[in-house]
Amino acid sequence: MRGYSFLSLARQALSGHKGWPVAWRSPELKKSYDVIIIGAGGHGLATAYYLAKNHSIKNIAVLEKGWLGGGNSGRNTQITRSNYFWPQSAAFFDHSLKLYESLSHELNFNVMLSQRGMLTLAHSLHELEGIRRWANAIQINSIDAEVLTPEQVKKLVPLININCRFPIIGGFIQHRGGISRHDAVAWGYARAASALGVDIIQQCEVSGFDIQSGQVMGVNTTRGTISADKVSIAVAGHTSELARMADFRVPVSSMPLQAMVSEPIKPCLDTVIMSPVIHMYVSQSDRGELVFGGGADLYNSYAQRGGIPLLQENVAALLELFPAFSRLRLMRQWAGIVDITPDTSPIMGKTPVKNLYISGGWGTGGYKAIPAGGDTMAYTIANDKPHPLIEDFCLERFESGTLIDEGAASGVAH
Amino acid sequence: MLRLDCPWCGTRDELEFSFGGESHIMRPTPDASDAMWSNYLFNKENPKGIHYERWMHSYGCRRWFNVARDTVTHEIHAIYKMGLPRPDLSATDRDS
Repeated sequence: MRGYSFLSLARQALSGHKGWPVAWRSPELKKSYDVIIIGAGGHGLATAYYLAKNHSIKNIAVLEKGWLGGGNSGRNTQITRSNYFWPQSAAFFDHSLKLYESLSHELNFNVMLSQRGMLTLAHSLHELEGIRRWANAIQINSIDAEVLTPEQVKKLVPLININCRFPIIGGFIQHRGGISRHDAVAWGYARAASALGVDIIQQCEVSGFDIQSGQVMGVNTTRGTISADKVSIAVAGHTSELARMADFRVPVSSMPLQAMVSEPIKPCLDTVIMSPVIHMYVSQSDRGELVFGGGADLYNSYAQRGGIPLLQENVAALLELFPAFSRLRLMRQWAGIVDITPDTSPIMGKTPVKNLYISGGWGTGGYKAIPAGGDTMAYTIANDKPHPLIEDFCLERFESGTLIDEGAASGVAH
Repeated sequence: MLRLDCPWCGTRDELEFSFGGESHIMRPTPDASDAMWSNYLFNKENPKGIHYERWMHSYGCRRWFNVARDTVTHEIHAIYKMGLPRPDLSATDRDS
């Protein structure tokens, strides 16, 4: 892998940008691998990267039915934060945020992390009390959080309409929260993993597993059967479908989560704003577009488009908070299929099938977890034992009753 | 926007209805194991294809009914009252 640097940029600029090498290889599919990872999204690619880098496993394939980073990795709203309530979530998601803080250097790829602050609003006394409790829990978990008055909110975000229909009476901010560029995260991990020898195979859909006496031996794909010592599932919205192929059940509902962008405008919003009660969040991307969205659609769906009623609610909520945006045109709208669990926490670790692992149930918040998800799943696959940070996120928690009921996962106050 | 045909009130926009999740789930007997309870409480079919689900006409008659809906195309194949068995959709069910 040829490194990206100021010098390489200058050299390419002088030669008309004609000499850039491809970022990752497109190798021939082999008959057998040590580890197969299903899904070349952020989580799958990060898992492959850390397996190759930290655990010296080089014979790895990442299988992707579509194109790399084309699922939820390219459909989320790029928010990175660790303002979680429960200690298990806080430890895991702050590990992820710390990895994000050094990710551009780690991957030699600029992921454009901008720690502009993640501001959560309160519109009622009850909600303000909930937010104080939430912020206290975050501080106890040694993560930064600061409760703000309405005046401080207005000073931080001059365009905001404090006296909206449900007036803003406070909020809290995680200063280390912010946004990064989601494509760069997927591409950066793909490039770095490919350089370490990982085979990324696109246009290769898994159609079944080869399971013998309770142990996975390989996968059947649209490009033939491939054998593997270990297999890991990282397919977001299709988690239930893959689990069904391996004959076990998961507590997952697949729902469309919409997001949309306005036409690009000059910089006017340098904070990520989240309002749990009207369920809307917004940030401004580096391209100038306002990126916003809200809750997931209310019924199961695998259609990546989302319903009109929720789109209208999202726009109405944005305009109530920011009347100045009412003249902007909506440029694009889309949806990703998110796999929501009953406690809104992810499912990571082993499955009832030996040597088959799972990373799913990410619901509406998988993007921020990509580095830590990859790091801990790589450990779990290499050692056949859950990484200490993800032990509590096991599939068995639904049987033992030790749920991690994380309202903060969806940004909703407790 | 879905248009659902409430068995009591007729066809209305989806805005009048609440989604109640998977239908035809049988509650286990009190002596069920933890695994059976967990399966009943939490595990879902969540198919990519025809989903048998419950809806309630919240802003109408407030009564529950069943819907067989394709989760990819959102096409509604059948609407039937609570307590009735799953209709036979083998001719349309892509998974069978």
